[in-house]
Amino acid sequence: MTYWQEELETMNRADLEKLQLHRLKETLERANHSTFYTKVFQEHAIIPETIRSLDDLKKIPFTTKEDLRNHYPFGLAAVPLQKCVRLHSSSGTTGNPTVILHSAKDIDEWANQVARCLYMVGLRDTDIFQNTSGYGMFTGGLGFQYGAEKLGALTVPAAAGNTKRQIKFIKDFGTTCLHIIPSYATHLAEVMYESGIDPRKDTHLHTICIGAEPHSEEQRLRIEELLGAKAYNCFGMSEMNGPGVAFECKEQNGLHIWEDYVIVEIIDPITLEPVPDGQVGELVLTTINREAMPLLRYRTRDLTHLIPGDCPCGRTHKRIARLKGRSDDMIILKGVNIFPIQIETILMKFKELGSNYLITIENDEMQVEVELSDLFTDDYSQLQRLSKEVTRQLKDELLLTPKVKLVGRGSLPIQEGKAVRVKDLRKFS
Amino acid sequence: MTIHQLSIFLENKCGKLSKVLDILSEAHIGIIAAAVADTSEYGILRMIVSDPDKAFALLKENNVTVSKTEVLGIVTDGCAGSFARALENFTKAGISIEYMYCFSVNGKSILILRTNKSVEAYEVIRKYRLDYISSSDLEHLMTC
Repeated sequence: MTYWQEELETMNRADLEKLQLHRLKETLERANHSTFYTKVFQEHAIIPETIRSLDDLKKIPFTTKEDLRNHYPFGLAAVPLQKCVRLHSSSGTTGNPTVILHSAKDIDEWANQVARCLYMVGLRDTDIFQNTSGYGMFTGGLGFQYGAEKLGALTVPAAAGNTKRQIKFIKDFGTTCLHIIPSYATHLAEVMYESGIDPRKDTHLHTICIGAEPHSEEQRLRIEELLGAKAYNCFGMSEMNGPGVAFECKEQNGLHIWEDYVIVEIIDPITLEPVPDGQVGELVLTTINREAMPLLRYRTRDLTHLIPGDCPCGRTHKRIARLKGRSDDMIILKGVNIFPIQIETILMKFKELGSNYLITIENDEMQVEVELSDLFTDDYSQLQRLSKEVTRQLKDELLLTPKVKLVGRGSLPIQEGKAVRVKDLRKFS
Repeated sequence: MTIHQLSIFLENKCGKLSKVLDILSEAHIGIIAAAVADTSEYGILRMIVSDPDKAFALLKENNVTVSKTEVLGIVTDGCAGSFARALENFTKAGISIEYMYCFSVNGKSILILRTNKSVEAYEVIRKYRLDYISSSDLEHLMTC
């Protein structure tokens, strides 16, 4: 058995789109029970008959994070709270947090979504799955927990942090699969090697699920090499339940986005018009399989593109490319658009550099601090050559010259949660 | 016939050197000789210590960027011209000195050398019968 749900995963496009249209119509009816969408539909004269084909989706306005904040906490609830069994909320560091409600069916569907992803990368009920995500409000914890349980794996809800304990669990319980943030994966591997543990020989790890922050192909390869396991890219966001929205298959070439759960659009974030397949734009998603809180044409702020063509794995659901970063993360410096991921890609090429780095923008200058790896030698001229070469390659990529500063190990904050890679100290007035 | 030297990457920030020294002091590891090569952004601290293996492990554990390097220790009597004579032999053999520093112990001056050609440097020491010390000799000297 290759598929968790063969019929749904390999459904021909025509049938899949028919299913989408059917579910979209249902979703619209449900959404009309929320105070927010009732108002939107009235203002835009949207009635159930407005949607006759998937193309008609364009007649519905976008929903943004601001809308969620402005209608905090329950303005988008499409069912009575009595029917809801859980809510997840963002941290709300800037203004009101966002709240997502789930009915019992939603929780079950979400678990199925995650189980489908894990099954796709080869996990079975014989596996031991250790989740290093924070539990609680962060969806990476409970989302993977329920999914891995649905699959039937033995789950180890280790939660975030405490590296020594994580390593002990991996060894003692024979963990075969880890869900982990990429920056923490390299840190964990480094601590293992320092403690005299070779994860390639001394553990049973064979699969790593990495997500929750943008990372480069180089970082994936480094994680695979360090841990001696296959690393698969996963994408999720709390507004779309959480993990399980899209996941790489064994081809490791793009993430299948489950189109029986969401309708995918890629738009130009400035003109808001759809971009041609293959071109980078902002990912816009419509939930079509959620009861408690449907979201229509939700602007995710994540930048990606669709990968054209069929996937050799046989799944018919579209693939999105690894995320290019969030449209919010983009740094504009001296008129140049820069994504932190571009810088990371360069840094990861150098074996002499560790995986921890920090970009600081001040007075229109960019400084890149990066920690040295274990390969530090006594050779001063080699250090000079290294920092010159890193500067040169960054300049070629970014078209401006950053100041590269080599720092000792442990100098930069350890990234045990979502990594903070950019400090923008400019004052905008 | 070499001395195990520790090389430590230090940022030019207040407290970075102290941290390293505190770690060694707490473990009762003595510093026999030390030298710093500095640039505007960072320095490399090179040290000969009483227990290099223990010091290396401890510093690593404390997240200090450290490496082990083998260096030569040439013993001279400290009289005028003794350094010059010792180095002359290396120059003749076409060996360059990457860095050097020295310290005195029991009336002897010890010259710590890092050359660009270690194998050839050993040959020079053997051929000209230069007086040298290795890490094990150092332990004796320290107990005197």
